[in-house]
Amino acid sequence: MEIIIYGTINSVALALMALGFALVYGISRIPNFAHGALYVITGFITWIFLRALNLNYAFSIVLAIIIAGIIGAFIYQFILIRVRGMSISEIIASYAIGLAILEGFRWGGFKGMTYTLPVFIEGTFFIGDIPVDVHRTLVVIIGAGVVTFLWLFTRYTRLGLALRGMAQDERAALMLGIDSDRMAVVAMAIGSMLSGLAAIVLLPLGNIVVEKGYDVLIQAIAVCIVGGLGSWVGAVLAAFIIGFAQILTVVYLGAHFQMVVALLAIILTLILRPSGLFGRQKELEERV
Amino acid sequence: MEQRRKERLDRGVKVRSDGLYALMSWRELSYLTLPRLVLILGIIVLPFVMPNMYWQRVISIVCIYALLALSFDFLAHFLGLVSLGGAFLIGVGGYISAILNTTFGLSPFVTIPIATIVGAAVCTLLLFPCLPLRGVYFAIVTLMYPLALKRVIEALDLFGGTNGILGVDSFPNSWVEQYFVIAMVLLFLFGTRRLVNTDLGLVFRAVKDNDQAVKASGMSITYYKAIAVFIASGMGCLGGACIVHIFMWSGISLFALDFSIIPIAATVIGGGGTLVGPVLGAFILVPISELLREFGTLRIVFYSLALMAFIVFRSEGIMVYGERKYHQFERWVKV
Repeated sequence: MEIIIYGTINSVALALMALGFALVYGISRIPNFAHGALYVITGFITWIFLRALNLNYAFSIVLAIIIAGIIGAFIYQFILIRVRGMSISEIIASYAIGLAILEGFRWGGFKGMTYTLPVFIEGTFFIGDIPVDVHRTLVVIIGAGVVTFLWLFTRYTRLGLALRGMAQDERAALMLGIDSDRMAVVAMAIGSMLSGLAAIVLLPLGNIVVEKGYDVLIQAIAVCIVGGLGSWVGAVLAAFIIGFAQILTVVYLGAHFQMVVALLAIILTLILRPSGLFGRQKELEERV
Repeated sequence: MEQRRKERLDRGVKVRSDGLYALMSWRELSYLTLPRLVLILGIIVLPFVMPNMYWQRVISIVCIYALLALSFDFLAHFLGLVSLGGAFLIGVGGYISAILNTTFGLSPFVTIPIATIVGAAVCTLLLFPCLPLRGVYFAIVTLMYPLALKRVIEALDLFGGTNGILGVDSFPNSWVEQYFVIAMVLLFLFGTRRLVNTDLGLVFRAVKDNDQAVKASGMSITYYKAIAVFIASGMGCLGGACIVHIFMWSGISLFALDFSIIPIAATVIGGGGTLVGPVLGAFILVPISELLREFGTLRIVFYSLALMAFIVFRSEGIMVYGERKYHQFERWVKV
């Protein structure tokens, strides 16, 4: 029972981390190695608004997510767009951006005291006889909300349909009058906002530290590879597989092995099913 | 409005010295050999002109970064595989060498070759799953390995855990140390330059440019990629083995980000695809990095920003620019 409850919570948390990466890669085929940096930056911005400027918590959250979206859009519009299509440069440029942000924070922002965000609602309740705090249930609710929102957004709005069209076939989308550069900016902005949202939902459970940036990036990538790069349905499913696998290893082997699970998941997926669980669509392009 | 364009013509001396005729005159001979001689002699003389022990040590470190940059350039621009984990190669080579040295008491000149070959085999094996695939998988997996291995070593207390392995033997003296790494850089630099012009190098480039054509010719892409990864990780592991014997210590700082980012920056700034460029880039960047030592991790920020600026706005790099100026006339002509 405990495993099921905490496994679900962990899986939803992983899904929240991974959705942004999956979305950006699926639409613009750019591996956004700055994903973890955006996660940390949002947490830090919220902290500034909340603690240094004494704004309302809800207000500062909304503001921070919007700023994360703007930063993402800027990164794409002014830097990544110039190297789009050159795969070596794409990887190096986004990796360099992520490193610059994270190491910049390590140098300037995160020294001395620990930085934490408060949980949304204090308190715990019991399912059977297992204590669960309210915030963790909120994580599950928000995660479910985000997935439903994305599902509705990509099926019933013009913008969402345009994004999906571009993910399926960029040239055909161009023929139908979808501006692929603008859509990629939008995708990057949404992806950054998702990563910011994940940060705000998950960071109250721990401290804001720079290492979180690398952790989140790695776990997001693991989830995306297992689910099939660029497929967000796959990402959600893979989040549950990896999430439960992590909790099971923590219970039966010890907390140290959590990192190894992500790595093993990637390696096994690459050996057994390189395009992931749901990566059918682009299978021929990825396998030589 | 008058329109002009830039015309580029090969210099006569380049045209004449392309074939065997270069042997005919001193001018053409020196045109061909001078740049190489300047580089080789420059590197060999360097330890003598350094003012003190500290800067001599820096030379060794520079050479190790140069090896890493060379391996990055070889993989990225001849195979199309972007490795974000130079630290992984350094770590594997370093730990193997340190273990061999402390547990079995082998001398550095035995452990370094063993670490190079065994380390290259280990790295190739660990990276093998992503070799049959195209795209970003190689970059992702190489990004993950150093971070994950660091955690594993910390958490499981393997190989001395966070304390690392102490008491590794050093080189007999600092001259041996420096000339050993310098010799290795020159050997691998000119070795890889030879290699990419052989038939094998041709296949490598074909794998990058058009893998379907390679496959259609009945060659296994995975096999050739594995060979190239073996060579490149051999260079990285050699660097790692040397660094362990230089610092007489092996620990999780071998997986530090510096080893991943500086070689990439050196390649991009020095000029990718030339193989000499990365070495030059390392000789420019690493001393700057030593001068900026007091800034701590701000150096990585500085590198990342420089790297980003170069790759977005000036992706050709110093060496490609220099080669163009050396070989060609440029002039404006009316259209």
